[in-house]
Amino acid sequence: MTSMMDTRGDYELRHRHAHVDDEAHHHHTHADGSHHHGGHHLLAVEHLSVSFSMYDPAASYFAARKVVVPVIRDLSVSVHEGEVLAVVGASGSGKTLLADSILGLFEPNARVEGSIWFDGERCSSADLARLRGRGVSLVPQSVTHLDPLMRVGDQVVGAATGSRRRERVERMRRLFERYGLKPEVERLYPHELSGGMARRVLLMCALIDEPRLIVADEPTPGLDLELAIRALDDLRAFASSGGGVLLITHDLELALSVADRVAVFKDGTVVEETSCASFNDPEKLRHPFSRALWHAMPEHDFAADADGCAPRGDAPCSADAAPAGGVLGPISAARSDSRGGGTENEPCRR
Amino acid sequence: MLAVSFVTFWLVGNSPIDPVQANVGQVAYTTMSPDRREQLAERWDADTPVLERYAAWLGDAVRGDFGESLRYNEPVVTVVAERFASSVALLAASWLIAGVVGTTLGVVAGVRSGSVLDRMVRGYCYVLSATPTFWLALVALMIFSVYLGWFPLGFSVPIGSTGEVSIWVRLHHIVLPALVLSLTGIANVALHTREKTLDVMATDYVRLARARGEGARSIVLRHGLRNLIIPALTLQCAQISEIFGGSILVEQVFSYPGLGQAAVTAGLGGDAPLLVGIALASAALVFAGNTLANVLYGLVDPRLRGEVAHVE
Repeated sequence: MTSMMDTRGDYELRHRHAHVDDEAHHHHTHADGSHHHGGHHLLAVEHLSVSFSMYDPAASYFAARKVVVPVIRDLSVSVHEGEVLAVVGASGSGKTLLADSILGLFEPNARVEGSIWFDGERCSSADLARLRGRGVSLVPQSVTHLDPLMRVGDQVVGAATGSRRRERVERMRRLFERYGLKPEVERLYPHELSGGMARRVLLMCALIDEPRLIVADEPTPGLDLELAIRALDDLRAFASSGGGVLLITHDLELALSVADRVAVFKDGTVVEETSCASFNDPEKLRHPFSRALWHAMPEHDFAADADGCAPRGDAPCSADAAPAGGVLGPISAARSDSRGGGTENEPCRR
Repeated sequence: MLAVSFVTFWLVGNSPIDPVQANVGQVAYTTMSPDRREQLAERWDADTPVLERYAAWLGDAVRGDFGESLRYNEPVVTVVAERFASSVALLAASWLIAGVVGTTLGVVAGVRSGSVLDRMVRGYCYVLSATPTFWLALVALMIFSVYLGWFPLGFSVPIGSTGEVSIWVRLHHIVLPALVLSLTGIANVALHTREKTLDVMATDYVRLARARGEGARSIVLRHGLRNLIIPALTLQCAQISEIFGGSILVEQVFSYPGLGQAAVTAGLGGDAPLLVGIALASAALVFAGNTLANVLYGLVDPRLRGEVAHVE
């Protein structure tokens, strides 16, 4: 974090005063279940900007100079305890970079500005690195995130030795039981898992660390809506038991079905962060792009250019459209993900 | 094997070397009576067409008789076995050095890619893989044997010695050729391993491991090495032929009486049976290496094992 926009005192001050739930604060409005445990958000990302210094890809090979390419600009988003916040945006628009930033996984050529607060503490990138697996856990997209040469049980247990390892093996066994996986699965290799088993194993890799916040990066690729909602039941249950979930997805319908609140991600920033209930009534949506999304959903008239604004194609929807964000793909319509891992019970073989 | 033997035979048969002239020496050849020349030519079948000779050789070979070497006047099998025995220590030593040192350097450079260490390893590798082995051998001889006098100039035993020679003396003679032979091997192995390490470090499972708070050391030990074993094995087995090829040059420079040197002698002397014997032996060695690699893959990689346990 090169520059810090917010001072701690300022942040706490704003939270000491109760605010009406409908009122926008910290750039967002609340859902029914959102609450500030201990007077602060579980996770608050404020004015985050991530850019990469790289050789100009548009220039010819020898003439290329270093340019700074912004990917995330001035992004603010918050997760409360007990809620699922869905960050919805087109594929390839930099949402995964948001996940990486929260986990402190920065490429060497990344420039990061802004601040990230976890549980009321402002975190440096070293703090974020310490929180990995100790408070914040990642649920990744696909079975490729499992080591192909290691038995599943060992991977869930993770790197640990001695008594800590024995304790984690116990915990792993309990998780296997809770998620309906037979003990034999422990001895399998990732290529022997079905899609549904792989998803549960990836979730268990996060749960075994007993996190408070789970960052789920497109955890249901290639599933149709019903299966995806069922697959996300476990994350929903985790949130209901007091954890926080940041769910990254390109699928607005899915987001509205499982999340409490939705953050609409466009051109590297969150243009609106609001409760799912707001999507029942386009009048409650503040940003023209969110309204365009609402209109583009199958059950609402498909009016792609309602409000004179196209959700697909690169017609700028707002004055602050960034040049780097690129073409916005169809969000709710695109359900088949090219990186998808097959349907629920079909074993994925690579 | 059939193809190797045929190609070798055909090449030797069509080379412009007259076996009689090459083997008795220039002076002896000119002073020799025409009758004697005829006699030798007949003994070595110099006038028989290549295909006919090959057919005769093949007929014997399938019965286990690989013929007699023209140069050494001994059965080919004996010569190859003798030479192989003295080469094997040299080959194995440089193969192991190249494998262990090369893999270590490659992994370290790949994990710390972009660091000073990485740049040093890469610099070394590029220079070494662009250097001809025989030139390197000459330089090593000049520095370590001539100027510094640490190692003997050549051969596998002290010059003029007969009978038993202690193992230490033999080792002393092997050190320099083995090191020279392994140097380029190290560069090869390290560069390949470095690339593979970069690939592994960029995979999704390493990303998840980092996201779970595993440190760099733990990632390399738990995931890195596990996934590097297979490419490393492939490389090690492919390296057998590289080392073998390099040994021909190095043995020549160090006058080391190994298989490589015998191959040169056989080639220059038009000694078809011996050359084919050596070619077959080395082909067998390389085949064995590749087969070994395939067998080991199955042991290491569960995806390549036939039966797949399936639990639902």
